[in-house]
Amino acid sequence: MRFEPKIVGFLCNWCSYTGADLAGTARIKYAPNIRSIRVMCSGRVDPAFVVKAFAEGADGVLIAGCHPGDCHYQEGNYKALRRYLLLKRILPEYGIEPERLRLEWIAASEGERFAQVVNEFTEQVRKLGPMNFKDSLFESMKNDVMIHEEHAPQGTGEQR
Amino acid sequence: MTDSTEKSGGLIRLQVDGRAVSVPDGSTILDAARILGIRIPTLCFSPLIEPYAACRICSVEVEFANGKKRIVTACNYPVWEGIKVHSDNEKVRRIRRMIVEMLLARCSNVGVLKDLAAEYGLEEVRLEKQEEECILCGLCVRVCAEVVGKAAISFAGRGLGRRIATPYDRQTEDCIACGACALVCPTGVIRVEDMEGRAVAHEELALGPAKAITVPFLQAVPNVPYIRTERCIHFQTDGCGHCAEICERDAIDYGMKDEEFEVDVGNIILATGFDLFDPSVMQQYGYGRFQNVVTSLEFEHLNSASGPTGGRILLANGDTPSVVGIVHCIGSRDQRYHEHCSKVCCMYALKYAHLIKEKTKAEVYNFYIDMRCTGKGYEEFYDRLLGEDVRFVRGKVGEISRLPVSAGEEGKLIVRVEDTLVGIVRRIPVDMVILCPAMKAHPDAKDVSRVFSCSVGKDGFFIEKHPKLAPVSTTSEGVFIAGACQGPKDIPETVAQGAAAAAEVLSLIDRKEIEIEAATAVIDEERCSGCRICNALCSFGAITFDESKGVSVINAALCKGCGTCAAACPQGVIKARHFTDRQINSEIEGILR
Repeated sequence: MRFEPKIVGFLCNWCSYTGADLAGTARIKYAPNIRSIRVMCSGRVDPAFVVKAFAEGADGVLIAGCHPGDCHYQEGNYKALRRYLLLKRILPEYGIEPERLRLEWIAASEGERFAQVVNEFTEQVRKLGPMNFKDSLFESMKNDVMIHEEHAPQGTGEQR
Repeated sequence: MTDSTEKSGGLIRLQVDGRAVSVPDGSTILDAARILGIRIPTLCFSPLIEPYAACRICSVEVEFANGKKRIVTACNYPVWEGIKVHSDNEKVRRIRRMIVEMLLARCSNVGVLKDLAAEYGLEEVRLEKQEEECILCGLCVRVCAEVVGKAAISFAGRGLGRRIATPYDRQTEDCIACGACALVCPTGVIRVEDMEGRAVAHEELALGPAKAITVPFLQAVPNVPYIRTERCIHFQTDGCGHCAEICERDAIDYGMKDEEFEVDVGNIILATGFDLFDPSVMQQYGYGRFQNVVTSLEFEHLNSASGPTGGRILLANGDTPSVVGIVHCIGSRDQRYHEHCSKVCCMYALKYAHLIKEKTKAEVYNFYIDMRCTGKGYEEFYDRLLGEDVRFVRGKVGEISRLPVSAGEEGKLIVRVEDTLVGIVRRIPVDMVILCPAMKAHPDAKDVSRVFSCSVGKDGFFIEKHPKLAPVSTTSEGVFIAGACQGPKDIPETVAQGAAAAAEVLSLIDRKEIEIEAATAVIDEERCSGCRICNALCSFGAITFDESKGVSVINAALCKGCGTCAAACPQGVIKARHFTDRQINSEIEGILR
């Protein structure tokens, strides 16, 4: 049976999520491997979310935001770019191929492009094969990600 | 002259043809005659410049107080106290007849001289006839020098060889093509023509040079004239300036500059409109090469009752066309240029066909891909035109050329088109072609959208927030769109959308308060370490540092809720409401289960 990778997509509300929506309303077919999470801005994507996604078993992570200069929040996508470049260096430390992470600029009008990016990325991750972790590493990763929740003092009322 | 009048102020009394008149000192006999409404013929005279008395046709007889009589030229002879002027007695008529005879001998075909000859009873020219057109009055030379401030033309040659010429008889850079010389020329020998290598719009060629002072169009708001600096003589040579002299209100100020204002507003409606596709890119249609290939907008100008021809449909040479072709979908519905349909062209093409039929009885061909007559009463109008004997050819025009292959095609524009209903390629000779270019987005729409942080589609038009639920809103609160900047649409639709956008704005103003984003970020002050990493990240300046507490604080009114700060907080104490770490982590867990 063919390997079907699980891909988590973090899509910004204004451009990429709308672009994905357009791909849907335009009935454009694309790989069903992507599971989308809507965030208001690609700048909301905490690198910890990406690590968390890999720890939870994602085979690839796509971050998609507005084209440079088009950000609804002016510069959020530039922040995303910085974090993306950081992640590209950190992921190999966990033994994760940096090719499993991708950042794309997809505008609200680019439904076709969204479909094309998803298809391409799915094929790319399919070639890389499933994530293969040793359990110990997996556990250490989980610890890294959970740091905020574990250290948060109890009973403050608001939980992050 | 007016200048000297103001200086002296005294009045001179005289008689012209027995009628008494008082004129300011320094006036000429011609001025006095014109006040009385007595016509003295002139050729080389223009009120714009100093009189020169070259043509002598304004000769009159002056009778002085001492009884002496003299023949003088009225245009430059100053008035004296008590003189009697005879502008039309037998002696004057005889002299004028002689002058006309000599001028007519030189220029035997000039209409204005023939008229004068008839007026003064000249029956036969006794001198050797020539067929010149220029009477060498020099008015053009003086206008160019005195009014325009250039010297693009002047007298050349001597004696019999005297003529008006440009330097070395060549096309000269000094000529700014203002047309002033042609305007004043009494015989009409000077014409403004297309200069070699200079692109001239159809407007200039067929409809004459456009004036430098103009009202943009009759319905313009505010409906006041403005100076087109690129055509105004003053702005090119520093000369002329007559409009400022004439304007009684002193409203003309050449020093005015474009000014920028800053206005604080709470809502913005973007109604930046559309741009027209430039059909000269499609060389096969000959736009810009053939005079009688015009765009729909140019035709609208031609057809307008307030336009340069008063609404008459004319070819570039002034003739009425007998066959007109209207070519639809120029650059629209075309994979090479714009994929979208311009929507309005079918209907205005039908309107044109109807008007051309009505005004000129010309044969009208519509070359269409599909007739799209959606709208109330539109299909019915199409049906009516089918009954009015308008020809409809279904097919995209391949080429418009001027290469005739048969006698019927001589001097015509030949439209080569595949008639897909008949299945043959046809050559249709026409006099005029109207191209219907695509309505396209402004080339800088993308820049505008960035300024207002809304989005544009791949066709360049602004995207509404939701096509059905929020058709005039954008993704930016308080920014609305209306009209053709959102997509091609006709006037009724534009009006409806404009009213809708205005209503949206009014409802916001009326409410006196606005709803702000609920999904803002908040900082848990108790756990904030005061590292200030978030402060610089916020694009909206919503995060400030509270010195007294030693923590960062978020101003909820400024926060737009992007969550960039929440993603960056090393303590994890910034919560992006509705997109908390906990929510997103749960989502990740959920979708990967």
